[in-house]
Amino acid sequence: MNAPEAKGSFKFVGSRPIRPDGVEKVTGKAVFGTDYKAANMLHGAIVRSPHPHARIKSIDTSKAEAVPGVKAVVTGADFPSIEDIIVRTGESSGSALDMSTNIMAKGEALYDGHAVAAVAAVTKQAALEAARLIAVDYEVLPHVIDINDAFAAEAPKVKEGIQAADLGEGQATRPNVTMKFPMAKGDAAAAMASAAHVVSGHYSLKPVHQGYIEPHAAVATWKADGKVDVWCSSQGQFDVRGLTASVLHIDVGNVRVMPLEIGGGFGGKTTIYLEPVAALLSKKSGRPVRVAMTREEVFRATGPAPGGEIDVKLGADADGKIVAAEIDLKYSSGAFSGGDVWAGAAHSINHYAIENYAVTGWNVLCNMPKHAAYRAPGAPQINFAVECAVNDLAEKLGMDPIEMRLKNAVLPGATGPMGNTLGEIGLVECLEAAKAHPHYSAPLGANQARGVACGSWMNYGGPSTAAVALADDGSVLVTEGNPDIGGSRASMALMAAETLGVPYEKVSVTIADTGSIGYSMVTGGSRTTYATGIAVIEAAKGVINIMRERAAKMWECDAGDVEWDDGKAVCKTGDNAGKTLTLAEIAAKAGATGGPIAFENGVNPLQHLPGYGAHICDVEVDKETGNVSVVRYTVVQDVGKAIHPAYVEGQMQGGAVQGIGWALNEAYIYNKDGRLDNAGFLDYRIPVASDMPMIDTVMVEKANPGHPYGVKGVGEVPIVPPLAAVGSAVSKAVGKPMRSLPISPDKVHAALNGG
Amino acid sequence: MPSPAYHAPDTVKEATDLLAANKGAKPLAGGTDLIVQMQSGRMAPAAIVDLKRIAGLKEIREEADHFAIGAAVPCTSLKNNAALVAEWPGVVEAANLIGSVQVRNRATMAGNLCNASPAADSVPALVAAGASVVVAGPSGEREVPVEQIPTGPGKTSLGDGEFVSEIRIPRKAKGGSDAYLRSIPRTEMDIAVVGAGAQVVVDDSGTCTAARIAIGAAAPTVLLVEDAGKALVGSKLDDAAFAKMMEAVSAACNPIDDKRGTVAYRKATAGVLAKRVVEIARQRAGGN
Ligand SMILES: Cc1cc2nc3c(=O)[nH]c(=O)nc-3n(C[C@H](O)[C@H](O)[C@H](O)COP(=O)(O)OP(=O)(O)OC[C@H]3O[C@@H](n4cnc5c(N)ncnc54)[C@H](O)[C@@H]3O)c2cc1C
Repeated sequence: MNAPEAKGSFKFVGSRPIRPDGVEKVTGKAVFGTDYKAANMLHGAIVRSPHPHARIKSIDTSKAEAVPGVKAVVTGADFPSIEDIIVRTGESSGSALDMSTNIMAKGEALYDGHAVAAVAAVTKQAALEAARLIAVDYEVLPHVIDINDAFAAEAPKVKEGIQAADLGEGQATRPNVTMKFPMAKGDAAAAMASAAHVVSGHYSLKPVHQGYIEPHAAVATWKADGKVDVWCSSQGQFDVRGLTASVLHIDVGNVRVMPLEIGGGFGGKTTIYLEPVAALLSKKSGRPVRVAMTREEVFRATGPAPGGEIDVKLGADADGKIVAAEIDLKYSSGAFSGGDVWAGAAHSINHYAIENYAVTGWNVLCNMPKHAAYRAPGAPQINFAVECAVNDLAEKLGMDPIEMRLKNAVLPGATGPMGNTLGEIGLVECLEAAKAHPHYSAPLGANQARGVACGSWMNYGGPSTAAVALADDGSVLVTEGNPDIGGSRASMALMAAETLGVPYEKVSVTIADTGSIGYSMVTGGSRTTYATGIAVIEAAKGVINIMRERAAKMWECDAGDVEWDDGKAVCKTGDNAGKTLTLAEIAAKAGATGGPIAFENGVNPLQHLPGYGAHICDVEVDKETGNVSVVRYTVVQDVGKAIHPAYVEGQMQGGAVQGIGWALNEAYIYNKDGRLDNAGFLDYRIPVASDMPMIDTVMVEKANPGHPYGVKGVGEVPIVPPLAAVGSAVSKAVGKPMRSLPISPDKVHAALNGG
Repeated sequence: MPSPAYHAPDTVKEATDLLAANKGAKPLAGGTDLIVQMQSGRMAPAAIVDLKRIAGLKEIREEADHFAIGAAVPCTSLKNNAALVAEWPGVVEAANLIGSVQVRNRATMAGNLCNASPAADSVPALVAAGASVVVAGPSGEREVPVEQIPTGPGKTSLGDGEFVSEIRIPRKAKGGSDAYLRSIPRTEMDIAVVGAGAQVVVDDSGTCTAARIAIGAAAPTVLLVEDAGKALVGSKLDDAAFAKMMEAVSAACNPIDDKRGTVAYRKATAGVLAKRVVEIARQRAGGN
């Protein structure tokens, strides 16, 4: 009997203590990206292309360099030339060359906002003045932004000299298509032809930004010994280190990244934009340099998640069993290849057991920033299309939409479309809980309608390192490497407390810099509580083993005769049988029994499970103005085991809110010159608090056998179903299918008035 | 980019002297437009003349025939004046739709007017109320109807050295009241896609004896739609009068298609909002 493995009998796991970082954050004392200052620090400013596509003929920096206080100027020419190696970028992997080119244009500006030069000066004003004086001679080239336009055979090339992917027969002439991702099973065409009921539709979505409140910022110093120190907020200091080293073409060991508090990332801070710029400016000037983005820069040059153009056709038999799916989805990845379309395809129907399908994903380039991960990258877009179609099918059959889903739901043990075996998944439990929820049967008021949708996200595990050490007064020190975005310090402390059997208050958690602990992958992919949690639990178990040895020494018995029970070592044999030593008592004697007690370990768990959720949404439509209000919303989700239920509910609510914003108001708007027309929170409309009803949450806890306490990832699933839940509700209220997001008031008004 | 000179005069005279002496000087009230525009680089005044220290400009006076609201009175303060709230609930509400609590603790109606955005929320309400402003300048003061201050997006009729020192709203007529509504995709922190303000006066028999309808965000400046008011006068505010009024509103609108809304949407919604504000104002006035 070591750590309690029994599910459902927890002492600390499942409680709701206040997160240790909370008060500092709400009182403005926590140090976020832009708060960090280094002695003698210079201020950077970046010159950005006003054109969506242009050849950079020359860059004259002489006037900028003459501005008093300017200490360094860099352009693409200052970046080391690097091979096109593949590097990990958070939830996916990407080309180091693309990353470098996205960070600073090399000969060609590929989107409005693309960085073309940077300066560092003693004051921010001098830096901005110098940036204004950098003269870039552009030759404007044709551009393309819309996915349908970019997909066309005759579309302008997004960049010069791109090599279109070999798409097979008859497809090789589309210049901006970089990937075709087919996924098929059975005979979709034949099954569709013989289906009793068929629905189909075309769905459109615009790119959306992650909308994190904290803009990107980085301070870097290139030291005399060739080592680079970086302070920034990100979703993973280790991946920032690796990417920065790749772009600067220096050894990983020469870069040390200090994590600052993060003000939201949602996937968008799993990559880098500023760190190499600040480092090169520092190298040239010999002083630390801070580069920080304005909100406008964040919108023009970071993020977004792809828009999509999606065709869905579903066929069902007379009983409502879905027998065939034909899906074609086009996503963009911005001006660089990669992107989320494969994940879109993989999540299209992975929540249903369908025998015949043909799914084709296309990745299309466009003159926009390199797209970045956004919470369940690629899944919400396709889920919008598929779940709206399932609702159409239910309507056609006169079937309850949750019944329809229960009839088709994927079951534990099934094989997912990517060939993975699905273990103890909880979709059916979620659908049943949604159906039983009072919300589902509550009467609707005038001009109100209800939508439902379900969806999933694969989640991830992967490499994490954690250490547990004891102080001589019995304090427990957990050190790990994952930035705390949603309360993970508290969750790690709870898991350490549970394993060791000491109160939560005794545990302190530090998020260490890259020089202080081994590698951990980003806080992303809903992996941290699962994978880093296992690292913490394993480290705590390592400490327990050491404590058993130390107790054995004190009792002069065998470590094998000492058990760890509820925070104490218990002697099982000999003269001391029945005696106990608490963690604090053992820690106090550590010096005499063999030295400091600490254990560090790296893990690479991959027994994560996909998460599933079902959402119910009521909307009310103002039929005269087209305004939509969400009047009631319920999120049901299989969370495995909620280590800290309040922060799990927070994830569920936050995901729903972001999905509702995506459905109703958020979109990138480019003008005809290819410039972003809404680079700010005034016209890029994320929801405000008063837009939202209380989001009700129902946690279904079906434990993951692959985690000591049953954890499944919870952060991404909740952004998947809202688009269709909201879209279907509005469609019902309006009496017409609303298949183009965002469903803004003018679109609703037009639909109601015959548009 | 040298920082602009900052002045905080104590009197109206000093302020007009400073403004007259510096061609590139801008008055500063709450700064919720001006500072934002300076930070984004859209505006680079040579000097700033802060109005908040000028004696009397942060006060609301109740005169026999009007309320006098100093140019530096923040929107939040309007809610603390019970008489103003009772007589012009629509004006107070319009000013308190602006931004957020934090923004409204600084923002002023005079700044909202002089920023000259066609979407400024307090302006249609002030126009519907029949408000005027006192313009102070090098050669003394003049009183001008609110609707004559903005001349186009970001442009005003104020001359060199002039600024608005006070807003005057007449005491409400017997049987009269007002209302303001705007259409935004969100519930707050947004800019009106369309806004509508109304003042109606009804007699004991429920007949409308006077009406002023003003529309925001549907033309280069806030519109006083006189035909819309005329459509209501003499009626019992019945459906036929409403239909005529809405038609007049839509006809007067001259909006643009932009990221915040289409021409068709703005025209249609302007009529709808006008109908709704008239209904609210009528109820407030005690009619039915
Ligand atoms: C987050 C945010 C949300 C907002 N939301 C809204 C909204 O919902 N609705 C809305 O209408 N506005 C909104 N605004 C805009 C702004 O808050 C309002 O227009 C406000 O009323 C401006 O008043 P102020 O006192 O801050 O003006 P200032 O910024 O001080 O001045 C505005 C302009 O008028 C000039 N000026 C100021 N006072 C005078 C005067 N007495 N005489 C002559 N010129 C003068 C200034 O020189 C400047 O050009 C918002 C702004 C922000 C930052």
